[in-house]
Amino acid sequence: MAHAYTPGLKVLKHSKVRKDRRLPIKGEVCKKEGDMVQADDIVARTNLPGNVHMVKVANRLNISPADIHDVLTVEEGDKVNKGDRIAQTDGLFGFFKSDLMSPVSGEIESISDVTGQIVMREAPIPVEVDAYVSGVVSNIIEQEGVTVESNAAYVQGIFGIGGEARGSLCVISSERGNELSLEDINESHEGKIIVGGSFIGIDAYKKALELNVGGIVVGGFNYYDLEEVLGYTLGVAITGTEDLVTSLIVTEGYGNIEMSERTFDLLKENNGKFVSINGATQIRAGVIRPEIVIPLEDVEKNTDGDLRPEQLGIKEGSLVRVIRSPFFGKIGRVDSLPAELQQMESETMVRVAKVRVDDEVVVIPRSNLEMLETD
Amino acid sequence: MILRSILATDCGSTTTKAILIENINDEYRLTFRGEAPTTVEAPFEDVTRGVLNAVMEIEELSGRRIIDNDRIITPSNESDGVDIYISTSSAGGGLQMMVAGVVKSMSGESAERAALGAGSIVMDIIASNDGRLPHEKIKRIRELRPDMILLSGGIDGGTVSHVVELAEILAAANPQPRLGQEYKLPVIYAGNNKAQDKIDDTLGKKVDLDIVDNIRPVLERENLEPSRDKIHDLFMEHVMQQAPGYKKLMSWTDAPIMPTPGAVGSLIEMIAEKEDITVVGVDIGGATTDIFSVFQGKFNRTVSANLGMSYSICNVLAESGLDNVLRWVPFEIDRKELTNRIGNKMIRPTTVPQSLEELFIEQSIAREALRLSFRQHKEFAVGLKGIQKERTISDAFEQTTSGESLVNMMDLDLLVGSGGVLSHAPRREQSAKMLIDSFMPEGITQLAVDSIFMMPQLGVLAHVDKEEFSEESRKAALEVFHKDCLIRLGTCITPVGRSKPGEVILSATLTMSDGSSIEQELTKNEIVRVEAPYEPIKAVLTPSKKMDLGAGAGQQIRTKIYGGTVGLIFDGRDRPITIPSDQERRLESLRSWSRALNEYPEN
Repeated sequence: MAHAYTPGLKVLKHSKVRKDRRLPIKGEVCKKEGDMVQADDIVARTNLPGNVHMVKVANRLNISPADIHDVLTVEEGDKVNKGDRIAQTDGLFGFFKSDLMSPVSGEIESISDVTGQIVMREAPIPVEVDAYVSGVVSNIIEQEGVTVESNAAYVQGIFGIGGEARGSLCVISSERGNELSLEDINESHEGKIIVGGSFIGIDAYKKALELNVGGIVVGGFNYYDLEEVLGYTLGVAITGTEDLVTSLIVTEGYGNIEMSERTFDLLKENNGKFVSINGATQIRAGVIRPEIVIPLEDVEKNTDGDLRPEQLGIKEGSLVRVIRSPFFGKIGRVDSLPAELQQMESETMVRVAKVRVDDEVVVIPRSNLEMLETD
Repeated sequence: MILRSILATDCGSTTTKAILIENINDEYRLTFRGEAPTTVEAPFEDVTRGVLNAVMEIEELSGRRIIDNDRIITPSNESDGVDIYISTSSAGGGLQMMVAGVVKSMSGESAERAALGAGSIVMDIIASNDGRLPHEKIKRIRELRPDMILLSGGIDGGTVSHVVELAEILAAANPQPRLGQEYKLPVIYAGNNKAQDKIDDTLGKKVDLDIVDNIRPVLERENLEPSRDKIHDLFMEHVMQQAPGYKKLMSWTDAPIMPTPGAVGSLIEMIAEKEDITVVGVDIGGATTDIFSVFQGKFNRTVSANLGMSYSICNVLAESGLDNVLRWVPFEIDRKELTNRIGNKMIRPTTVPQSLEELFIEQSIAREALRLSFRQHKEFAVGLKGIQKERTISDAFEQTTSGESLVNMMDLDLLVGSGGVLSHAPRREQSAKMLIDSFMPEGITQLAVDSIFMMPQLGVLAHVDKEEFSEESRKAALEVFHKDCLIRLGTCITPVGRSKPGEVILSATLTMSDGSSIEQELTKNEIVRVEAPYEPIKAVLTPSKKMDLGAGAGQQIRTKIYGGTVGLIFDGRDRPITIPSDQERRLESLRSWSRALNEYPEN
């Protein structure tokens, strides 16, 4: 049977989700293997080196850089407070001495008699990493962090903005083709992860921001509205560090596009549950898609989220979604995968799939198909 | 020593491409090619897996056994294996560098040129005069996590303190390498030789410091080679050692693995030198656009890191503006719909245009990506700045300064395009038209595309150091470049100057290789195509009184030109090309230029 590799987004009812929770630099891991954790539990912590200040001592005291040691009242490794004297000139016959005070609290890291400046480092900045999802610590990454494993339903979006958020899931739209309008969002949604159908406009999103909604999951959003949200034009799809109260996850793409039935139904099934979401997206080598993790309790059936070899591609009968015009957003089943190249209207010669969409068989380039990965 | 078979791979960030070159009847030719997804990332995390998969495709097609027990058989025996195996790599984000110099437009720029020339992406230039406060610089260096840093500054014997101050900033930032937490970050010092000891004192314990000759020993001269060579060495010694599977791959190859753009650049440099021509080469990819040029014997390379056709397609839109993209689209489209379509290409980067409308849109964006990248290149490819120029009294009225662009389109002999949108356009006419619209060649310029983007593999083949292979592999690289790599599109002939609408701006008499003769006239603002194969054509080209074809206004040129798969393209449009703002006239102009070249299907 013909077979083709086509990446797809995951929409899994039962999965084993593994999340590496790492520190940016080495530090202390606070949990041990087998520990049960909640999303907000701290699993690792460290101290980032403090901010650095360079103090131009020679310039400020009008001396030659080579003479810096003669005027300094501190040495490398000394700790000083803001306003402490760090240098003093001899002055004239003991008078008219010039002082130099420390601009910050910190430690003297280095002294240079070439440039005549000292490097001061402020106190370390503590950093903590939480578990992000509830589950069990399945692995310890020595001095770096842990892996948290969770039995969960798992949905990937196509694009998102804003970082990690958590809250209870609240499906607002009754149909997957419904827009999430201004009137749909109210004070009761504060801190929640709300779900719409096909689209959310800029006004509704702004209202969600004002009301401190935790996150939004929706089928489509307008690309040109992103500029108003972010304050700049998004040139490359690398997101997640935006300072937004309300993370946004788009499941289908830009424009007004009905949320896929499977995604919508899965979210509806889990309405009211506590979920973790992350809008971070990186569409480059090492792709990261935004995600919704819905930890499940008392799950008997666990399907491993890792791909089975036979899942790594489309074959006849596979459920697929068209991801480019002219059939953009349509879902269908693969009828056949002809081996020979075929010419498209654009005259591009490509490998194609014949896909049954709405009782009609259409020819689509294989690279314009996305497999709906389900369990 | 004649090489009977050469295997070369290029490990890109998404695809690993393998080619087999064989000596057939005393001639080197590309015989087979294969490709497979690159396997640097999970779940494989071993680049050699993708290499073996790509080579297996060649095995299947050629019937030749090249792999034995998950290893490439080299040297070859009677029927199996290959004589040499070489590779380039840009997987895992390629080589990412940060450079530092005392004066941004002098040592900073020289350091940038060296890093780019070695095939790296320059993430940032830190300079004493870059307008940032020390703590801002330190924060930036910490965030970047480059693969290596090139530090320069000061002429030999000059002031020491400025460059030491930069070193102190680096030391305070204590930069960490991108890959691997266990090793020290490589830093190359290529500045004032008098400061070497002080630099060692400041940085020696914190980073893996290498000291090479000054990149700018005197103001008037750049000395990029030592830095470039050191970057290549460190790329192999450090960066590649950290990337998954590369240790194994390095043990297989007969020449050091080169960063992909570095290999392309060295090939272009060699062609320009060997044929004594000026060249511009472009590789437009999904995320970046690389431009290489050789003018006045000087090689330059720029990477427009966020101008590409998929991952960074929206950045093209952001930088050029919607109107500039829209001006090339030959049908009416709602602006919001267009931006959503482009956005969807960014988030689903592997899709291909199925409909003609989608193709129009993609090629319109390509024109803007190429135009912007070339503009950046022209700004970068300049003579050295900060030099006192000797002036005679006749120069006194010329408004020239140091640091002028070396790129002169009237001097350009060969323009080579590569990358999906150019190499795989459904019609070659589209590739030619995109190149002309965005680079706007002047005078007489040959156009070509790289058929399957094999310039990286040929670049490294041209630089095999092993004595027994070096001469022959260089010969092989050149032969395959001309016979199999380049698809000659033809020659673009563009007179420039002042003219009136409807005016005949050029008369041409062409004597074809079969002896037949063609008379051709070119009117302002029209495009005329003369079909002609890649064979020499004797041309007598006479521009009108105020038009220049390279020999001066109104001066006739007698020369030999070549056709190609598209042929001769006489371009009567202005430079820069003007497109009417009136919607109806704009569409009519675009359509008539397309028709002249048979660029798109008629309906």
